[in-house]
Amino acid sequence: MAAKPRVKVPKSAAAGDIITLKTLISHKMESGQRKDGDGNPIPRDIINKFTCTFNGKPVFSCDMDPAVSANPYFEFKAKITEAGTFTFTWVDDAGEVTEMTKDIALK
Amino acid sequence: MNRKLLIVLLGTTSLYSMVSRVALADPSEGPLFIDGEIEMITRTESVEGHPLPEVISGWHYRTESTQALEADSFENPGMLAVEEGEVLWNTVEGSEGKSCASCHDDAAESMATVGASYPKWDAGSAKPINVEQRINMCRVEKMGAEAYPFDKGGQKPMTAFLKNLSLGEPVRIDVEEGEMQAWWERGKEMYYTRTGQLDLSCASCHEKNNGKYIRADHLSQGNVNGFPTYRLKQSALVSLHNRFRGCIRDTRAEMPDAFSDELMALEVYTTWRSQGLSVETPAVRQ
Repeated sequence: MAAKPRVKVPKSAAAGDIITLKTLISHKMESGQRKDGDGNPIPRDIINKFTCTFNGKPVFSCDMDPAVSANPYFEFKAKITEAGTFTFTWVDDAGEVTEMTKDIALK
Repeated sequence: MNRKLLIVLLGTTSLYSMVSRVALADPSEGPLFIDGEIEMITRTESVEGHPLPEVISGWHYRTESTQALEADSFENPGMLAVEEGEVLWNTVEGSEGKSCASCHDDAAESMATVGASYPKWDAGSAKPINVEQRINMCRVEKMGAEAYPFDKGGQKPMTAFLKNLSLGEPVRIDVEEGEMQAWWERGKEMYYTRTGQLDLSCASCHEKNNGKYIRADHLSQGNVNGFPTYRLKQSALVSLHNRFRGCIRDTRAEMPDAFSDELMALEVYTTWRSQGLSVETPAVRQ
């Protein structure tokens, strides 16, 4: 997970607004089903978990399985009642954790 | 399941797929706006001497969901590579201690429309060169860094980054420069020469039969304005010369090397055919 993930969060929202969040991360999502040129299985290497929290409270999370395509994209909504920080976390099979935070202010 | 019911069901599905096939055969309607802001020229009158009256971007031949991916620069996975290219632009490499930015400063200014007008004539090598080769020239001659091997290292991200700066600019090529005309002729000959066990030329699919289906694939005019292109099949950026080689492989012919004289001539000719369409890099295709 070399490249920085892309995350789109509005800079501010009014209390009670429902906002859309978008995330995209670069990952090969190797399924574990394929073989290399010599016939040896290519080990599975996928992002298996994605979570989003707001001020420590869960907003969205999911487990991923090998059928998910490379470069997983998520779009989901959240209701804003206070200013704070979204934390996005991706965990892959190697245990590598990629984290990104985005602040949002109240209008 | 009741056999009669099964037959009825099968009958309906095949009829349904036939109907939807017919409806899909024409290129779709536009227009294409990137992020609802930049209007792209995806259909335009072709240049003088072009065999088709109108040039149409491959975007029109794709499904609605694929089209939507390209229209949103956030959702477009090719933009990950563009961002990687931007980082490389500012990364110092090689013995001279320089990055691209050391000489060219802000790419958004210095390279604003550059990506739309390659390949260009290079007097030094007396050949046309494309963006990939131009980057390598700078790396070797100015930075003292190693040239990127074909499709390796930063080649695709850097090319995508530079071409993306020209997003929306119409593709153009100066075939009057140097000996470009001779390369254009050679490219044209390649375009119309049937090769391989399947005995197909570029024109067999992309000129005579564009808009029709070859098995499940909706044939486009094969315009080059979106390269490097994010292909869903590979889940990665695909360079123009990789695509050339892929098409030639599919005709079951021997593939010329990337950046060989044959494929450079073909790039000159196909770029000439694509003139007037907006640069869509990184386009999203099937």
